Amino acid sequence: MKYMDEYRDPQAAHQFSEAIKKIVTRPWNIMEVCGGQTHAIVKFGIDTLLPPEIDLIHGPGCPVCVTPVQIIDQATEVASRPNVIFCSFGDMLRVPGTKTDLLSVKAGGGDVRIVYSPLDAVRIARDNPDKEVIFFAVGFETTAPANAMAVHQAHRTGVENFSILVSHVLVPPAMEAILSSPISRINGFLAAGHVCTVMGYTEYEPIAKKYNVPIVVTGFEPLDILHGIYLCVKQLEEGRADVENQYVRAVKRDGNNHAQDIITDVFEVQNRSWRGVGEIPQSGLGLRPKYRRYDAALKFELTSITADEDGECISGLVMQGVKKPHECPAFGTRCTPEKPLGAPMVSNEGACSAYYRYRRHTAPLPMASTTS
Amino acid sequence: MTTDLLSATCPIPLNDYPTVLMAHGGGGRLMNQLIERIFATAFGLPDQRERHDSAVIDIVGLGIERLAFTTDSFVVKPLFFPGGDIGSLAVNGTVNDLAMAGATPLSLSTGFILEEGLPIETLWRIALSMRSAADAAGVKIVTGDTKVVDRGKGDGVYINTAGVGVIDHDLVIGPQSVRPGDAVLLSGDVGRHGMAIMAQREGLEFESTIHSDCAPLVGAVRNLIDTGVDVHCMRDLTRGGLASGLVEIASSAGVVVRIDERAVPVDDQVSAACEILGLDPLYVANEGCFVAFVPQAQAHYALSVMRRDPAAAHAVQIGSVDSVGDGVVLLKSAIGAERIMDLLSGEQLPRIC
Repeated sequence: MKYMDEYRDPQAAHQFSEAIKKIVTRPWNIMEVCGGQTHAIVKFGIDTLLPPEIDLIHGPGCPVCVTPVQIIDQATEVASRPNVIFCSFGDMLRVPGTKTDLLSVKAGGGDVRIVYSPLDAVRIARDNPDKEVIFFAVGFETTAPANAMAVHQAHRTGVENFSILVSHVLVPPAMEAILSSPISRINGFLAAGHVCTVMGYTEYEPIAKKYNVPIVVTGFEPLDILHGIYLCVKQLEEGRADVENQYVRAVKRDGNNHAQDIITDVFEVQNRSWRGVGEIPQSGLGLRPKYRRYDAALKFELTSITADEDGECISGLVMQGVKKPHECPAFGTRCTPEKPLGAPMVSNEGACSAYYRYRRHTAPLPMASTTS
Repeated sequence: MTTDLLSATCPIPLNDYPTVLMAHGGGGRLMNQLIERIFATAFGLPDQRERHDSAVIDIVGLGIERLAFTTDSFVVKPLFFPGGDIGSLAVNGTVNDLAMAGATPLSLSTGFILEEGLPIETLWRIALSMRSAADAAGVKIVTGDTKVVDRGKGDGVYINTAGVGVIDHDLVIGPQSVRPGDAVLLSGDVGRHGMAIMAQREGLEFESTIHSDCAPLVGAVRNLIDTGVDVHCMRDLTRGGLASGLVEIASSAGVVVRIDERAVPVDDQVSAACEILGLDPLYVANEGCFVAFVPQAQAHYALSVMRRDPAAAHAVQIGSVDSVGDGVVLLKSAIGAERIMDLLSGEQLPRIC
């Protein structure tokens, strides 16, 4: 397929791999922030093409994984109520709360629907005026513009039976939290390309300077990621700590101004909890006062629902890059995609799920005897 | 006969009853009318005097010792989609399950669960589609059943089909026959059925419509067997797609299978749709696609005979059986690195971003 195959070319991948091997002189820990990149790295086996000096650390950029268990409990509670249509992106449905998940709520008779855009949820609200339609607004800066647009549209067209359950998080504060942690071992970052498509990368420039880490805005195809790693290693080896843009075909320094405007109109920056990590100041988005009546947590009085996370799950350490998924004692035994203890085992983008799907057999792979 | 039939309008006049009533399942006159005018007409059943509670199948003269027998149920929504409908699916699904056992389909049964309020015209279109699919696969629908459920208790129509097929050769086709050195052949591009249904169901629009690959595989299988290819195992790649089919075979056979992702054909539109939704085409359902395990020495010849049938016109080799082992499939990814191919826990769910 055009614009895809070019970025999956095995020869070019091999050349990047050789180029990285040529410039690396010592060990480096590089964190890919986004879960989409983690998935691509494991799915395509990108890490197997790297020299042993490079350790890729899987960051917290999976929206499913970092949504607090308390919010999942709020979602399952309100979705079970009669007269509610609860709309969500598909991969939130299997995420376990403390008692249940949205798929089970659906099986138990709750009206839970998968939508592909928050605007579909506004349409469902318009078509069902006697029902309350709630959209599960999770994600990073990438999904924020469309979610903001849904609220904006509902407001403009007077759709009063629509609201959103918000758990929006922001990338730069999470990177700062990781960098300022005493157990952090990150030398460089691959920043999430699609987040930067919306926000640009000016907000990373002070972080690179303050913590002396290179940050490379990187895309999601195998060659993007290899190129991003190459640029990051090159900076590290040369002792530089700049913000560089690998993903030039999608990202401008200032990002998408229209998208930023709609986010600013509807949302304001707030403190947010991250699953497995805890509260990070000024790390998320909530509705501005003028849109508060679209806040499902307030409208349905869900804020009193609180929950503690499973004690055995080490997802916080995994998402901060301190542990690898298979280093968790529960990995593949008490925690599997069928019965996950924590969200990173559920989502496609979760580091634990990616390792389980593609790396479960820890024994060395049998050597190829023939090529077909 | 078939051509005339396919252009025929619904034989139950609109002014009788335009939709299915509970009474159509009640065993009385209306049910009789439904069977006679819709099913008996569409399927070409014998005269009423020759019909019993069971169809009697004459196998004298077929010279066979083994029969294959299978059943499958169909609950697809929407009932009609680009490239097929629930009727063609119900026939091809069972025909293909028989074909995978190396059997030539002989007779099918069909059970309908109809929802009160289903337009009779819709049922007629489905019945005609079943007849047309049965003719294409060279099989007869010989017996059936109809039940009607209350409005709201079904999605229009559910269909069950069961089928008997004859095995007229001595091959043992199944995972137990898979050997190291076998070539893994794939009959065509993957992921079309699942994405056609999803696009239709969710109202997703692409540059051109994605058509389901729904088709009978019996011709391609016959070509293999009749030309003396030593077929070791076959599997049609329905739910769970190519990946699940291969993992199941590798695990039952206790072998290591190596697949080259770049050799697996995926249509550009299907590939684009999967990228947008965050799905992997190797796990998306097919309804006219299968893998065959044959000795590597016969692979080239096997591909050429498979390709004589339109359902396998683009058959390719995608990998081979490497060694006896703990039942894994190793995928050489698009960039040349190797990883495990595993079963999914449930359905693939579209991703957030």
